[in-house]
Amino acid sequence: MAKRSIPEVNAGSMADIAFLLLIFFLVTTTIEQDNGITRKLPRWEDVPPPNPPVIKKKNIFTVVVNKNDQMLVEDELMELKDLKKAAIEFIDNGGGVGTEGEKCDYCQGERSESSSDHPSKAIIALKNERETTYSTYVAIQNELGAAYTELRNREAVRLYGQGNSYTRMNAIYKDPKVKDDALKAKLDTRLKKIKKMYPQIISEAESKSN
Amino acid sequence: MAKFKKKKDGELPQASTAALPDIVFMLLFFFMTVTVMKDNSLMVENKLPEADDIEKLNRKNDRVMYIYAGKPVEGYADKFGTEAVLQLNDKIAQPSELKQFIHAERALRTEEIIPFMMTALKVDKNSNMGLVSDVKQELRKENMLKISYLSVKPAQ
Repeated sequence: MAKRSIPEVNAGSMADIAFLLLIFFLVTTTIEQDNGITRKLPRWEDVPPPNPPVIKKKNIFTVVVNKNDQMLVEDELMELKDLKKAAIEFIDNGGGVGTEGEKCDYCQGERSESSSDHPSKAIIALKNERETTYSTYVAIQNELGAAYTELRNREAVRLYGQGNSYTRMNAIYKDPKVKDDALKAKLDTRLKKIKKMYPQIISEAESKSN
Repeated sequence: MAKFKKKKDGELPQASTAALPDIVFMLLFFFMTVTVMKDNSLMVENKLPEADDIEKLNRKNDRVMYIYAGKPVEGYADKFGTEAVLQLNDKIAQPSELKQFIHAERALRTEEIIPFMMTALKVDKNSNMGLVSDVKQELRKENMLKISYLSVKPAQ
């Protein structure tokens, strides 16, 4: 018998099959990235501690949101857009000494007697009611967080030069793709130092039930 | 010279499509690697609030545990009412069921990861803070102190 040549397999429909698979994966998967405001909740105490530390009223910056989503800052009605500025003024005041008895030599605030002593003592107390809308609450949390970020960025740029803002260093530090350990260690000490200068103290009190 | 056929003037050779499957496969593999399968369908409305001072959260990170909340979507509204509720995995739940959920989530993870676990709150922006406060209370009782209020960047 004569040698028969093997017929070539037609690969024309291969592309169709691959397209089908591609479209299936496009439809069933999500590419979105989650972004969020990270906060740390206070520890749960079954019994309140016997001697709660006395905190001076001037070191507390109270923000109260009512059920109509109106905001009272230090007992005065305030718009959301003014909150960041007010928070920065409060944190950065530096009128007295910090928790370790040191003066705030990097603060650029007014050093007024009636506002916070030191960023390490400045507490922002955020209170809400049960009927407050979540979006308002998150917007306020966002503004308060932005106030700290702005101060931290300012100090990072002052200490480590332009282009080394806190946000940027933090992004590099958190990036799992960066494998340079020496760089990460350097960033870690820098970030810790700035976090110590402006520790984020936002107290989220339990909501009032009316 | 009859052996050499004269090319007809102006006719283009047909483009080869042999590489097309390869290209499509490449795209396919790209999407397979960069995307995540939708793991559960949402039974609650979930429009996230807007914020810009935010941090990225890695979705493939197994330290993160998700809690959804919002109004039940149509089809579930007659069963679960129109008030905002929680969704844990595939079930509509009450805040009192969170404890069980946290224990189940912890059991899924290895011992070393548990202290670093964090909670991502995917809460609809029109929900009341009351529900969120209840969730936070339960999380505090279970010592899950690190939370993230998931939000989206506002459109410019």
